[in-house]
Amino acid sequence: MPSRLFFDNLGAILTYAVVGTLWNAFTTGTALWGLQQAGFVAPRVQAGLLDFLLFGSLISAVDPVAVLAVFEEVHVNETLFIIVFGESLLNDAVTVVLYKVCNSFVEMGSANVQATDYLKGVASLFVVSLGGAAVGLVFAFLLALTTRFTKRVRIIEPLLVFLIAYAAYLTAEMASLSAILAVTMCGLGCKKYVEANISHKSRTAVKYTMKTLASCAETVIFMLLGISAVDSSKWAWDSGLVLGTLFFILFFRAIGVVLQTWMLNQFRLVPLDKIDQVVMSYGGLRGAVAFALVILLDRTKVPAKDYFVATTIVVVFFTVIVQGLTIKPLVKWLKVKRSEHHKPTLNQELHEHTFDHILAAVEDVVGHHGYHYWRDRWEQFDKKYLSQLLMRRSAYRIRDQIWDVYYRLNIRDAISFVDQGGHILSSAGLTLPSMPSRNSAAETSVTNLLRESGSGACLDLQVIDTVRSGRDREDAVMHHLLCGGLYKPRRRYKASCSRHFISEDAQERQDKEVFQQNMKRRLESFKSTKHNICFTKSKPRLRKTGRKKKDGVANTEATNGKPPRDLGFQDTAAVILTMESEEEEESDSSETEKEDDEGIIFVARATSEVLQEGKVSGSLEVCPSPRIIPPSPTCAEKELPWKSGQGDLAVYVSSETTKIVPVDMQTGWNQSMSSLESLASPPCTQAPTLTCLPLHPLGAEEPQAPLHLPSDPRPSFAFPPSLAKAGRSHSESSADIPQQQELQPLMGHKDHTHLSPRTANSHWCIQFNRSGRL
Amino acid sequence: MGSRSSHAAVIPDVDTIRRETGFSQASLLRLHHRFRALDRDKKGYLSRMDLQQIGALAVNPLGDCIIDSFFPSRSQRLDFSGFVRVLAHFRPVEEESPGIRDPKQPEPLNSRMNKLRFAFQLYDLDGDGLISRQEMLQVLRLMVGVQVTEEQLESIADRTVQEADEDGDGAVSFLEFTKSLEKMNIEQKMSIRILK
Repeated sequence: MPSRLFFDNLGAILTYAVVGTLWNAFTTGTALWGLQQAGFVAPRVQAGLLDFLLFGSLISAVDPVAVLAVFEEVHVNETLFIIVFGESLLNDAVTVVLYKVCNSFVEMGSANVQATDYLKGVASLFVVSLGGAAVGLVFAFLLALTTRFTKRVRIIEPLLVFLIAYAAYLTAEMASLSAILAVTMCGLGCKKYVEANISHKSRTAVKYTMKTLASCAETVIFMLLGISAVDSSKWAWDSGLVLGTLFFILFFRAIGVVLQTWMLNQFRLVPLDKIDQVVMSYGGLRGAVAFALVILLDRTKVPAKDYFVATTIVVVFFTVIVQGLTIKPLVKWLKVKRSEHHKPTLNQELHEHTFDHILAAVEDVVGHHGYHYWRDRWEQFDKKYLSQLLMRRSAYRIRDQIWDVYYRLNIRDAISFVDQGGHILSSAGLTLPSMPSRNSAAETSVTNLLRESGSGACLDLQVIDTVRSGRDREDAVMHHLLCGGLYKPRRRYKASCSRHFISEDAQERQDKEVFQQNMKRRLESFKSTKHNICFTKSKPRLRKTGRKKKDGVANTEATNGKPPRDLGFQDTAAVILTMESEEEEESDSSETEKEDDEGIIFVARATSEVLQEGKVSGSLEVCPSPRIIPPSPTCAEKELPWKSGQGDLAVYVSSETTKIVPVDMQTGWNQSMSSLESLASPPCTQAPTLTCLPLHPLGAEEPQAPLHLPSDPRPSFAFPPSLAKAGRSHSESSADIPQQQELQPLMGHKDHTHLSPRTANSHWCIQFNRSGRL
Repeated sequence: MGSRSSHAAVIPDVDTIRRETGFSQASLLRLHHRFRALDRDKKGYLSRMDLQQIGALAVNPLGDCIIDSFFPSRSQRLDFSGFVRVLAHFRPVEEESPGIRDPKQPEPLNSRMNKLRFAFQLYDLDGDGLISRQEMLQVLRLMVGVQVTEEQLESIADRTVQEADEDGDGAVSFLEFTKSLEKMNIEQKMSIRILK
């Protein structure tokens, strides 16, 4: 569940959950009672107002299971999904409280209910919900803290997660608090820390297991429902009640949603429009919770129980089956009615994409989501205290969202790359089956392109159908090319909360690609402005470090690469840099204009390394870099003039989450590389020292590494693909972790291959090695 | 947060900006707040680095282009009025009949023409008022994944320019650009609701 979205929309979610459920319960109950008074409900249904209220309370709760199951198919936008889903989660507390209160009232008999009892009921609502949440948070804290120390006992991590989460549930149940809320809060609260702490394998294990268990549980519940429906001893039919209930729940839900939305839109930045409201009211599915609650009724106290059971069964079936099945066509129909239908020209299609990207970018600049004062405060607090306490130290350093995405992309990319057989042949003559890689496939034919576009391709049937002439066919080809090839702007992302597919999808791959290109471009533009400065100065230094050969190669590659990529960007301080301390030890500390001359050195190392190496030497005057301490807000961000046309880029790895991205990318790659070396432990928790030693031998081998990766299909288009390939290759090495055993001998060779100083990759590669030495 | 109201006095030239851009007071305050949040070193202006720090821009294919468009030609500093002026392009267009507007006044920044002009400037990297095939190609390259080959890109760029180019000069002028997009709902596509 996307926790960020959840908290963004928390106001709306709470409103719908609490106010909406209360509204539904009361109106449905009262209306049914009115119906009975009016005589439509047979008198054999002996129920008073309280009974009807009780019934109303249990039938009005939206069920998370059913909602998830249905909305997965519908692919509504994320906000809508999270609102409905969040509502269904949080209304559990309200439902439970209402149910218990009404139940106890019914048991006491309506005559005995006094005013204080109502107050007690309201108070218990708060106690139950907040208490449940509190229990959940306590266990979340416990879980996060425990996983911090499980580095040596990885195997128990999934177990810990399950057990502590289940313990949260049981504890809440024991104390008669809202158990669903407890588990929800536990999950929400600990997600960030646990994800950072536990190993990749454990994460996978937990994810898949939970999905399986959830599927099973759901199936069982609905089976129970079905079987109970068939067993007629359990229920008794009354048409008036059933039909009335069906009508009222739909009707009152719709009204409730409309009213609440109108109220909420006054406060929301992004209002919920009519379509959203329709989907929300239509998507309020009832499910197993209602059924469970109705079965639990005591027949002696509630004589109409059988009628209620029958009604509940019908309601659940109706909502899940009828509403669930029809919601997708409904959504489609509503949308299709609004959009015009004309064949877009190539221009329009392209520009549409451009505009979407522009809009997304401007929204980010404006800080569409970033305003919230309290969230900022919370993030500060979290960064300073909580994360340090609950996250493993190494994980703490590298927790940045983009890096995280990038890292995961790397892994998956590498895995899929290797799965496809990979066309990288090591000098040891690797004999993986050589299926065509993505690169070669892409250039073969249009059909391949179409196939590769996958399910997200725009099935622009119009285009296909009217292909008559060569030009039309060309048109079609281009349309499909664009559809498959263009990066999808943010707006078009679908909700990603699927229960059955755990894919982090094309979005992340796209993010990674774009990210790499952007970084590379920024680097290039930065380089292009100042690469004349102090070329010679770097040479002696580099000679000292023994990297000269590679640097020379890199340099030529770089200059080759530059002209075709002249995008005309202005001189920019593309990268925020801080001087790397130890690197400069070798250089003449006597140079006074060091401050201006020092190259920007990418330090692909974790900050703690520098910490360990202590205060820097005299040459550090160049760089006011003692701001190694992570939380320091003034981490040295010196723009240093670019020095020599190659890899003297040093960027401090700072652990601030919103730090300059290239830093984190370096870290990411560093981690990937270090994970290569460390056989036993997964990347995230790599002890920093390990990065130093193992990379050293690799550095020496660089010059021999083949300069041309086999099957480079596009020599003219050097940068992004090579970079992407390097990215992929790097990730490939990191992918080794899950496949250590098989590919172990491969890794060493692969390293060399991928560390080949191709074009801009070399910069990154080189830097690894440089830092590795220290 | 109650101290927000005092910020109005801090914004320099707030009235000029309001007139020029048409933002409401609340929006201006919000944008000023955001400006100050982005300006981490409290310099009083934004540099490219500040904008590049926005993580989400790094995964936007046009992120760098957008950043460049904020900075008026070749300058390295972006002050608040410049910041707001660019953002004003993205204000939603008010529903008013064109007859009411005073024809003597310059078009509001968020008019359709100005929105298109902004987009045009994004494409037109060398600022000569024409989108050449090269420039189209460059922008395309930014936006397309790595699996599309160079030849395919070139042919797409060719076709795109061909389609839009009417006077046959091999480049797309602003008018041709507008013409090719006349069916598109620019007002909606280039508006951010919160910037009222």
